[in-house]
Amino acid sequence: MNPVNYLYLAALLFTIGAAGVLIRRNAIVVFMCVELMLNACNLAFVTFSRMHGNLDGQIIAFFTMVVAAAEVVVGLAIIVSVFRARHSASVDDASLMKL
Amino acid sequence: MENLIALLIGAPLLGAAVLLLGGRRLDRTGHWLGTLLAAASFVIALVLFVDMLGKGAEDRALHQTLFTWIPVGTFQADMAFQLDQLSMTFVLLITGVGTLIHVYSIGYMEHDERRRRFFGYLNLFVAAMLLLVLADNYLLLYFGWEGVGLASYLLIGFWQHKPSAATAAKKAFIVNRVGDMGLSIAIMLMFTTFGTFAFGRVLEASDQASEGKLTAIGLMLLLAACGKSAQVPLQSWLGDAMEGPTPVSALIHAATMVTAGVYLIVRSADIFNAAPDAQLVVTVVGAVTLLFGAIVGCAKDDIKKALAGSTMSQIGYMILAAGLGPIGYVFAIMHLVTHGFFKAGLFLGAGSVMHGMNDEVDMRKYGGLRKYMPVTFVTFGLGYLAIIGFPGLSGFFSKDKIIEAAFAKGGTEGWILGAVTLLGAAITAYYMTRVMLMTFFGEKRWQPDAEGHEPHPHESPKSMVIPMILLAVGSVGGGAVFEFSGFVEWLEPVTGFEHGHAPISAAAVTAATVAVMVIGVGLAYLQYGRGPVPVVAPRGSLLTRAARRDLLQDDFNHAVFVTGGTHLTRSLVYVDHSLVDGVVNGTAAAVGGLSGRLRKLQNGYARTYAVSMFGGTAVLIAATLLMRAV
Repeated sequence: MNPVNYLYLAALLFTIGAAGVLIRRNAIVVFMCVELMLNACNLAFVTFSRMHGNLDGQIIAFFTMVVAAAEVVVGLAIIVSVFRARHSASVDDASLMKL
Repeated sequence: MENLIALLIGAPLLGAAVLLLGGRRLDRTGHWLGTLLAAASFVIALVLFVDMLGKGAEDRALHQTLFTWIPVGTFQADMAFQLDQLSMTFVLLITGVGTLIHVYSIGYMEHDERRRRFFGYLNLFVAAMLLLVLADNYLLLYFGWEGVGLASYLLIGFWQHKPSAATAAKKAFIVNRVGDMGLSIAIMLMFTTFGTFAFGRVLEASDQASEGKLTAIGLMLLLAACGKSAQVPLQSWLGDAMEGPTPVSALIHAATMVTAGVYLIVRSADIFNAAPDAQLVVTVVGAVTLLFGAIVGCAKDDIKKALAGSTMSQIGYMILAAGLGPIGYVFAIMHLVTHGFFKAGLFLGAGSVMHGMNDEVDMRKYGGLRKYMPVTFVTFGLGYLAIIGFPGLSGFFSKDKIIEAAFAKGGTEGWILGAVTLLGAAITAYYMTRVMLMTFFGEKRWQPDAEGHEPHPHESPKSMVIPMILLAVGSVGGGAVFEFSGFVEWLEPVTGFEHGHAPISAAAVTAATVAVMVIGVGLAYLQYGRGPVPVVAPRGSLLTRAARRDLLQDDFNHAVFVTGGTHLTRSLVYVDHSLVDGVVNGTAAAVGGLSGRLRKLQNGYARTYAVSMFGGTAVLIAATLLMRAV
């Protein structure tokens, strides 16, 4: 099967993730969409690794997973504490950084 | 011997310091200390004078360097003095007449509770003037020059509780600043041209500089001289300076202050000799001032202001003579010295009259005082005869020489200057006779003042009378002594001298001088001597009324400088507000408005920021691809 199709899939997943980040209000869903974008990137890395015949892309995919895991820990902790403080997980409610 | 020069200045300076810092403990003795130190300075001057007479003409100049005043790299300003024949003449005049005025002030200021301070200022004045004439470079001269300005300010405004005196002091100081600016510019020009301030080196090198530069230096020096010597156009302070106590007026007009301008020009003779255009301006200023002062003197009813007009006029003679070049320098100084005697005598006489008349200055309220104040009458009368140039008295010799030199200038200029000096002599005779007749002759015209005190004119105390007698002796004999003792040969090594060749003979000039004097005296007698003098001044002609207002000098200054200056600053303020502030404020408003709009982008929604991040990334990727495609 032509490896380019995997790239199309990665692009599709990335777009869905990006659209979710921009459109959705629920912090959990936005967070999941960020993960979706990261995994789309991972898919692209692995695909390129296969196409070019070296392992660099696969190694970077592992790095991405580690970073994503760390990010999940921090990000979920923030979301939980925001939820506790404001009784809402909507990102629009946390729009305090403005004059 | 040269070590004594610093003592000349040191004695009065010490007096000023002790009297001004000493406090009330010196109230009882301060005036004696001040007088003693001024006299000490005079004695030192006499010692130096005798020593100088014993030497040959060429090695009479003494130098003393105390220390280097301002050492900056190769630039050096020395605290150094030079005593040559010209300085010696001034030193004798300043300390001699100055000491007499100190003695006089003991009596005159007896009832003033601030007498100690007054003597401190007098000593300061004398010290500053001595520094001015003894300096051996222009920078040190400038120091003395400013000291004279300060001391005159303090003394003119001595009765500072009177608003008029305080204003007069400020006026004198400010008008003098204009002249001082001229001197400082002249000194800067000298430094850029010659690289030094020392008299010796500047004056020796003066024929190497371009004439344009020398003319500029000369004109700036003239501006300085105009300020200190009250010459047109900076003459307006002199009349108001009469607000000071009378001894101060005598000191300013005879020994210190107004003579400084003449000294400056004669001292800078080499510069003026090489700049004929500047010399011409000097003579014009002198000629204009001598008529200006004389006309003002004719109209004033205030005895001191009439004498002030007279001083302005006589200094005009000196400046004119100094502008004539080597044919005139010596006579300028000669007239300066004789004038120092008779003008000091006249002012002290006027002070004596005021002392006896409850400080009344209006001559229309005097009359017939010769019976009450015989000594004042005689001494004032001798001063009067000297100033109008009565044959044989001092003014006759010195003024006659200036008139002769003016004719000897040659050409049309010579005739014009000669005519002006003759006319000035006639007016001098007129206004001085007027003063004399109104004060000492006729019927008594004084009346009780508002509180019913009638003045009881009386002769002044001995301390005031003796200086007047001594000055009268000087007024009588001074001219003849100078004429026959070789004053010309004495000054010649410093100022240079050439015999002028007048188109008319010396005898004719003398005859003309005496004739115009008689005419002036006669006119004044016809007007003031035959009938009673009205107590209230008549309206007078247009010229009289203008002269009473000092020929509108203050109106002119007000219209040109005050009003003009106000309009200038107003327009500058307008430009500042509209243009300069407009640019600054406009920039600020534009930046502020733009930021106000940009601020709206910051709405706090996380996704808006995310959009801008995505957008930015997209643009970057697009740009990268585009660059690669190209």
